[in-house]
Amino acid sequence: MEITSHDVLLVGGGGAGLRAAIAVAETNPKLSVAVVSKVYPMRSHTVSAEGGAAGVARPDDSLDEHAYDTISGGDWLCDQDAVEAFVKEAPEELLRLERWGCPWSREPDGHIAVRSFGGMKKQRTWFAADKTGFHMLHTLFQTSLQYPAVTRYDESFVTRLLVDEGRVQGVVAIELMSGKIQAITARAVILCTGGCGRVFPFTTNANIKNGDGMALALRAGATLKDMEFIQYHPTGLPFTGILITEATRSEGGYLLNKDGYRYLQDYNLGTPQPQPVLRSMELGPRDRLSQAFVQEMEKGRTLKGPYGDYVHLDLRHLGEKLINTKLPFVRELCLKYENIDPVKEMIPVRPVAHYMMGGVSTDIHGATPLKGLYAAGEVACVSINGANRLGSNSLPELLVFGARAGKAAAQFASEQPGPTGAVLAQARDEQGRLVQQFLNKTGGKERLATIREEMQKTMEKCAGIYRNGSSLAAGAQRLHELQDRYPNIALDDRSLTFNTERTAALELGFMLDVAESMVQCALHRTESRGAHQRTDFPKRDDVKFLAHSIVSRNAEGSSRVEYLPVKITRWPPGERVYGQPAQPAPTR
Amino acid sequence: MAEMIQLEVARYSPEKDAEPSFQTYEAPLRKDWVVLDALNHIKDQVDGSLTFRWSCRMGICGSCGMTVNGEPKLTCATFLTDYAPGPVRVEPLKNFPVVRDLVVEITDFLEKLQKVKPWLIRKDDKPMSEGEFLQTPEEMDRYKQFSMCINCLLCYAACPVYGLDPLFSGPAAIALAQRYNMDSRDQGAGERLDLLSQSEGIWGCTFVGECTEVCPKHVDPAGAIQQYKLTAAMEWFKSFLPPGGNP
Amino acid sequence: MNEPSRHTTFHPRWYRERMSTYWWLWRWKYLRFVLREMSSVCVAWFVIFTMMQVRALLRGQADYAVFQEWLRSPLLLVLNTVSFFFVLYHAITWFNLAPTAMVLRLGGKRVPDFAIAGANYAAWIFATAVVAWFILRG
Repeated sequence: MEITSHDVLLVGGGGAGLRAAIAVAETNPKLSVAVVSKVYPMRSHTVSAEGGAAGVARPDDSLDEHAYDTISGGDWLCDQDAVEAFVKEAPEELLRLERWGCPWSREPDGHIAVRSFGGMKKQRTWFAADKTGFHMLHTLFQTSLQYPAVTRYDESFVTRLLVDEGRVQGVVAIELMSGKIQAITARAVILCTGGCGRVFPFTTNANIKNGDGMALALRAGATLKDMEFIQYHPTGLPFTGILITEATRSEGGYLLNKDGYRYLQDYNLGTPQPQPVLRSMELGPRDRLSQAFVQEMEKGRTLKGPYGDYVHLDLRHLGEKLINTKLPFVRELCLKYENIDPVKEMIPVRPVAHYMMGGVSTDIHGATPLKGLYAAGEVACVSINGANRLGSNSLPELLVFGARAGKAAAQFASEQPGPTGAVLAQARDEQGRLVQQFLNKTGGKERLATIREEMQKTMEKCAGIYRNGSSLAAGAQRLHELQDRYPNIALDDRSLTFNTERTAALELGFMLDVAESMVQCALHRTESRGAHQRTDFPKRDDVKFLAHSIVSRNAEGSSRVEYLPVKITRWPPGERVYGQPAQPAPTR
Repeated sequence: MAEMIQLEVARYSPEKDAEPSFQTYEAPLRKDWVVLDALNHIKDQVDGSLTFRWSCRMGICGSCGMTVNGEPKLTCATFLTDYAPGPVRVEPLKNFPVVRDLVVEITDFLEKLQKVKPWLIRKDDKPMSEGEFLQTPEEMDRYKQFSMCINCLLCYAACPVYGLDPLFSGPAAIALAQRYNMDSRDQGAGERLDLLSQSEGIWGCTFVGECTEVCPKHVDPAGAIQQYKLTAAMEWFKSFLPPGGNP
Repeated sequence: MNEPSRHTTFHPRWYRERMSTYWWLWRWKYLRFVLREMSSVCVAWFVIFTMMQVRALLRGQADYAVFQEWLRSPLLLVLNTVSFFFVLYHAITWFNLAPTAMVLRLGGKRVPDFAIAGANYAAWIFATAVVAWFILRG
């Protein structure tokens, strides 16, 4: 078995992973860094983010206001010390990215431009046309090429974390090109594997977002936090789940039901104004918009299509020139994937699973309770997003916590001894498991895709936008059945070379674990808060549940859910209120 | 009974095959399905060993480039109905070694990308406290197009020079070098020029122009290379002038 | 500058397709490209031809008459007709491609492609008109 050693190992090479790798290389240039990603870094899902990255930029704005918007948007489940650190470091990180060449969109005088975004009371969202994530990722990737200390293991699929003496000491990974199973030891490991949208049937997430890091951490003995909070993006294309960015609404788009009516005014989100008003109507927070859709659907006021219900997003009144300047990618997406021109027609949209607020629980330095294990980005839950993430907060989150985790891991690794002998025995065990259960698997009668689709249907039904106790319990039962059926899948691919059926089977295993923790957390939280809405417990309960759900796995393999109080510093819980006559957006 | 379309897909497994062969499958012909959806249908329902790369399904990650009926395409952006009644021939991207089925080896591109120094080079630096480098929208316009490259490598598949001479740097790598050269904040144009003004660099290009034709993001790498040639030629002439001209 | 350390993979046998010698016949666009490149041969021929014509002129009336007779031979007629079309093709393709290489900016905006190509065509027509006036007035 091939064994290589490094000092710090990143699992995942997206925005957070690359930022962390650079942070390690800059904190201590003598450390050797490995970036182990199951795809080439520029394919990571960061690339698809469109809208923007928030960081206080204007003189009339303040860190406290950004913090308050984030905390109230998160329905007070955010750890306020983490949020304070986040809003302070976000502008600096975004500026650092500019120094590395990121093409932020500019004002005519050459300064960086900011725009409004849903949930933010002031304009503070930096953007690079409507391809912010793409430009950020490519800037990070190309910048990372300068650091000789960083070794990339491209297209290497991590299957297990190696743990001994209570600390994480490396990973076992399959090198896709050759099928070779290798152990890569490290003195610190940082998980940056992104979210888990693919446990749902309609999602903006790419094929690669299967909650790998969350399952790896859970199986290794770390804990997951707030797994019940999955954010739906209110506007995604029905078949492909492709995201239609919030920027379409911040530029002035309308959401219309089947009668052509701006239905959001019926849901305490303000009244229709000619210009978009921050935090009201179509610029309200995402969870409120998604909930409004479900309620419209129940009233029978949505349109019916071949893939389910949908409503219309109308951009026609914005005009061709504005759409081509500010929203060119949106126009391109609609034309290429649904054959619709937003200049002339309305876009069919529905809520799609988009972002996982929950994840591997970390502190504000990105450290998990398991020594040597760190996490940053969507896979982690610090938590700064609480019960509902505000748009344009996740891109700066990658940078801020990627950097923090990188620095913390670098310091930790410098003080650690090398790997223990027991770790190599574990690696060999894992190799045996992979060969026996996947590569040399014979028999089996179910197709992988069948189990995956049933899991997705179950999750949509029981853990979607609205949940209740009985559907969650039924969902948990169904997931157990699927877990039992999982070992019985038939695998057609016997080749060692680039065996993507094997990786798909491993990803399904990860997703089943993650789905179970999501349902368990949702079952135990008997209140409604942010993205977790229970029809049997419709009120928010700050007495019992101003706390994070912490789920872990016990020795028999079943989940245990406990609670960790939220850190409140300066903002006591209040009402989430929208549609106030806040100041209208400045004229552009 | 739903309408179906036939796909002839290249298969190659290095453990068993000396060279690729074709296998025929059928997939539903739906109005909004792309070639990638058909491949996924085959992998999920018919033959799990069919191997290909994909991720975002929206033309931004660059993973799913393949040769469809002889043309390099992003299979997530190629509707099946455009090829009805079929059959559709799906092969791996040309000019790259085939690893397995529809998967090709792209390390050559990554090495070439590394060589052109695709990062912002500054000779002097500005402290972070002084804020951003100013850059007007006009200045950004000069390189914006070249920054749109998603590294899908369709241009390399279309370039006969790269096919004939694997040492050629290739369209995307040079376009990305130009992206930084034309960025008003960059001061490294000289360094990159030394690397690229060679026969395997820009001078290998004979302006076939196919790279620009197939680019799904309208980067216009052919334009980038020809403009770069003009710059290189001018720099060469300038080098005969007495010192005091541009470095 | 140090190259970052790379993890080198052991790899299975890759299949490398050999590019056919006739690659340029398989796609219409490639064929047009090769014809465009070959048209330079015809441009070179016209240069040589012009030099031969000048030499004949310098040598006097008699030599030029022989030259003109030679021009009427079937071989030269075919050769020059074919070359003429190729040189035309050469000029048109290069004028159409010129805007890709020459990016001019006036007042912050890029000069549109048709303007640059158009300027080339205009200069060509003007030069042709001048030459034609000289030749035909006599």
